[in-house]
Amino acid sequence: MTIAERQEQLLQDLNLFQDWTERYEYVIGLGRKLPEMPPVQKTDDKLIEGCQSRVWLDARLEKGAVHYMADSDSQITKGMIALFIHFLDGESPDHILTADFAFIEKTGLKEHLAPTRANALSLMATQMKQRALDFAGPAS
Amino acid sequence: MSGYNVSALRAQFPILKNEVHGEPLVYLDNAATSQKPQVVLDASRNYYELLNSNIHRGTHYLAQQATAAHEQARDTVAAHLHAGSREEVIFTSGTTDGINLVASILGYSGRIGPGDTILISNLEHHSNTVPWQLLCERSGASLEVIPVHEDGTLDLDSFHRLLGDHQDTLKLVALTHISNAFGTVLPLETVIKSSHEAGALVLIDGAQAVPHLVMDLEALDVDFYVFSGHKAYAPTGIGVLYGKRALLESLPPWRGGGEMIKKVSYEGTTYNELPYKFEAGTPNIEGAIALATALGFLNDLGLEEVHEHEHALIEHAAGTLSGIEGVRLYGPHDRIGSLSFNVEGIHHYDLGTLLDKMGVAVRTGHHCCQPLMARFGITGTLRASFACFNDEGDVQRLAQAVEKAVAMLR
Repeated sequence: MTIAERQEQLLQDLNLFQDWTERYEYVIGLGRKLPEMPPVQKTDDKLIEGCQSRVWLDARLEKGAVHYMADSDSQITKGMIALFIHFLDGESPDHILTADFAFIEKTGLKEHLAPTRANALSLMATQMKQRALDFAGPAS
Repeated sequence: MSGYNVSALRAQFPILKNEVHGEPLVYLDNAATSQKPQVVLDASRNYYELLNSNIHRGTHYLAQQATAAHEQARDTVAAHLHAGSREEVIFTSGTTDGINLVASILGYSGRIGPGDTILISNLEHHSNTVPWQLLCERSGASLEVIPVHEDGTLDLDSFHRLLGDHQDTLKLVALTHISNAFGTVLPLETVIKSSHEAGALVLIDGAQAVPHLVMDLEALDVDFYVFSGHKAYAPTGIGVLYGKRALLESLPPWRGGGEMIKKVSYEGTTYNELPYKFEAGTPNIEGAIALATALGFLNDLGLEEVHEHEHALIEHAAGTLSGIEGVRLYGPHDRIGSLSFNVEGIHHYDLGTLLDKMGVAVRTGHHCCQPLMARFGITGTLRASFACFNDEGDVQRLAQAVEKAVAMLR
């Protein structure tokens, strides 16, 4: 599946939930399934500090594919992280750089990316792209 | 209390008719900013429809009317605060503006200089912390901090010890009247008396107190007192600095410009008398008038009645929330205005987000008190803060929302 296809699939899944409660429970559930980042890896250099919650992000390049590891002390944020990782993990730097986060608007969760929200999520989305850019190297 | 009709009162606040995410609004973020009753909204509108004109120098009718209304507002504020005279009431744009004004004039005048000490508490809002840090950086003075107990009250033993340790250099004690994060009420009489005995001036941040308590600044003997209109049912952009007359007379102006001068020439400029010396430029005329209206609104309700009503709500909220497993309250039992809490194992941002979905507006995070949060080893709390129009229904909705959110997040 391409990134766009995965996003479309997610939208379909989310749109099954009419109620905000179910939507949030789904997102919180996704976050719970995300592998825990070992405490020893949650170092300050990986911290993206937003006003409200803390987010740790790490990335590595393996055989041309970017793999992310992330965590947060907020469950909703962690669920949103799980969404981003679901779309982007294993993709090439080029695909990540051209990926579109605007679809979040359609999920009914867009308030978590609003800059006024003072939340680390928007910063994290930018950071994930930045890491891809770093891996893409000067040729890109 | 039988005279206090909260439903009639709520009807005076148009914004409370709003729905949020399909639910009736439960507004519990009054410590951040208060909602405005119709009478204040009308005062703002009426000013622009009937009176608007620049003040103090105009000869035409509207200018005279606007000037009279603005200066009457000053008299209203002075009476409300029990200030000694109207010259002691300086209009500002808010608490932060007022504190920066005092910090600047104390610095420029040399009243605070190299080697001097400023004392604040661990409870302080950033607006009563950072101006002093800036003053210390610029003047060579140093900042000391009075610690707080586990229940969020001021450690008075440490306060007295700090007064003693810095007796020779202490110039200013700057403290909050009521903590915006924890609702702690400071024992101002004791603190002001001891600070004066140690030779220091006292500035009190009254932003969280004016909406809830009767004021008597003359009796308090405080040197400077600041508050914001927008936290006391008035619009944003207006506030008051109260300062003792002799003190303000002895200090230089801060902002320069129109209104604060007597005569301007390139050879030298002379400054206006109090209060105008500290009010450069066209003031927030509408804001001052609306502020006076808001204080009148509070006085009509009766501040003691308001306090009694809010106290019952906050106690009920504290009691109900304590009954939810994992809830930890911050601050003392006799808190006023603000109730901060966390739920073990759950991030305050998550709780606040879900509460919002249920129409309940609380604030989450550090509440502009990062040093206080650090002292308690936390990144923030949820804060429910009460005003005259909140009711039992709000407390019940808050408790139900917290229970539901906790269940979703456990």
